Amino acid sequence: MAHATSSAGLPALELGQAPGRIDPVLLLAGLAWAGAAAVTLLWPNATDDWAFTEELAYLAAAAAAVLALAGLLPRAPGLARLRRAGPWFLVLGIGLAVWEIATAKLDLLPRPFFAPPQELLTVYIDDWPRLVECVLASLGLLVTGYLLGAITGFVTGIGLGWSRLVGYWVHPVLRLIGPLPPVAWLPVAFFTFPSSWAASVFLIALATFVPVTILTWSGVASVNSAYYDIARTLGAKNRFLVLKVAVPAAMPHVYVGLFMGMAASFAVLVVAEMMGVKAGLGWYLQWALGWAAYGNMYAALLITALMCSSLVTLLFKVRDRHLAWQKGMLKW
Amino acid sequence: MVSAALAQAALPPGMALSVERVSHGFVLQDELLPVLQDIALDIEPGEFVALLGPSGCGKSTLLRLIAGLEPPRGGRILADGAPITGPDPSRVVVFQDPTLYPWRTVWDNVALGLEARGILKSQRHRVDQALELVGLARFASALPHQLSGGMAQRAALARALVNDPRLLILDEPLGKLDSLTRLTMQGELVSLWQRAGFTALMVTHDIEEALFLATRVIVFSDRPARIVEELRVDRPYPRHRDDPELVRLRQRILERLGLGGSW
Repeated sequence: MAHATSSAGLPALELGQAPGRIDPVLLLAGLAWAGAAAVTLLWPNATDDWAFTEELAYLAAAAAAVLALAGLLPRAPGLARLRRAGPWFLVLGIGLAVWEIATAKLDLLPRPFFAPPQELLTVYIDDWPRLVECVLASLGLLVTGYLLGAITGFVTGIGLGWSRLVGYWVHPVLRLIGPLPPVAWLPVAFFTFPSSWAASVFLIALATFVPVTILTWSGVASVNSAYYDIARTLGAKNRFLVLKVAVPAAMPHVYVGLFMGMAASFAVLVVAEMMGVKAGLGWYLQWALGWAAYGNMYAALLITALMCSSLVTLLFKVRDRHLAWQKGMLKW
Repeated sequence: MVSAALAQAALPPGMALSVERVSHGFVLQDELLPVLQDIALDIEPGEFVALLGPSGCGKSTLLRLIAGLEPPRGGRILADGAPITGPDPSRVVVFQDPTLYPWRTVWDNVALGLEARGILKSQRHRVDQALELVGLARFASALPHQLSGGMAQRAALARALVNDPRLLILDEPLGKLDSLTRLTMQGELVSLWQRAGFTALMVTHDIEEALFLATRVIVFSDRPARIVEELRVDRPYPRHRDDPELVRLRQRILERLGLGGSW
């Protein structure tokens, strides 16, 4: 084969990769976390007696122990990824200590807007059932709206790329509505739909629909016309040209649309939940703000970020499997 | 593969083709640009005809008309006596670019024609045979971007041959290959054609290639293309590139193309 597989990877800057030796970066990271644990436990809090301060210290100490152990056992299986993340653990340990000192220990940052780390821990321990409920509510809303928008957008995009009739009727509508930010529909949607949930599904679907439609359309429109010539001389009919030539050839574009649609759907989700829906992470953020419960807000923000990031990762995984035939794809 | 086609219809394995006073052109900025002018050409079943001519003279357009990808603006083209109205798997084209579908493996690319006609399930062995024929059996599961230029063009040839074409239309199929691969594949094309018995129609820029492969060489003028010369090449296969008769014919073609003194 002409194509050589490159397995060289990054040569010089591989940190702590010497096999069979102690990993100094992981040991340092363990030390940083042990330091954060010591600061948390031994340095008295400035004003408040924050709950779960001791527990936070023990958690940091446990992390320190795990990192130090991993640093001493470099040949243990499954530790390669941990070793690669060594510098990150080091920085995170230092960051935790700085955060703890700046908030709980010295009160350097204005309260109540900046919560110390143990406050987040408190929220996760005390309020986890509600947070789980909110994550599930948000996921339900998001997935329903996103799938609806993605599927209709995909079908519409193919229609636009393939049929003059669809193009005649849909193109002007798309030109008018496409550039409008989906949240502009919010007031209209909330009184035209029977429930705020249905209205939010519609808005998320719309936010996803527009980029998926446009990118699918452009994907179909930019298919190499020789692909059609080949298929036609081999006896292909229209159905085959659409499903087996246009669609697979357009898939790289379609995925770009799916990513853009996903980003837009996150924005609409949070806004819709803040404005009308009585559940979900957006609602939780708004509710926490109303009570000036900034710890709850940071906790929910972190979970929202993790949820969105996981969904993007999932979409990347699906794409990488589906488009494995492409060369040189962006890694997430 | 050939016997299957024969069993389906009691026709010779090669297609008879007649191009009757065909003219064609393209509309460019509201003006008709004539490309082909009064082309008349009869091709017997099993012939190997090479079309030679200056670049951009319209040879490839003629192939597209014969493939049925476009209707001619004037005149008509008959395949086995019946007018051509559209593409048909009995007339398969191999283009200059292999244009394999990058999302399909080599096997799935070769299977394209059978799949399009809905007969792949019962005819899977034909795909394996076609890959064997072009020497790509080991690369059945490779993706197109993993192939070299010559291998990709072989895969494109297999994708055409799997349909048992009665007319193989070759649009400079070796034009982009390096000269060594090109010489090898010229030999392979001749033996495929001799074994399968299809009619072959090939556009090329390469006079030697035309003389090495074809039973008849048609020389076209500059655009709009007219036929200026027809040469029978009555030499047995496999041919030798230094054959004095071929050298003589080459000289004559060069003169016809206005390049007589240059060689």
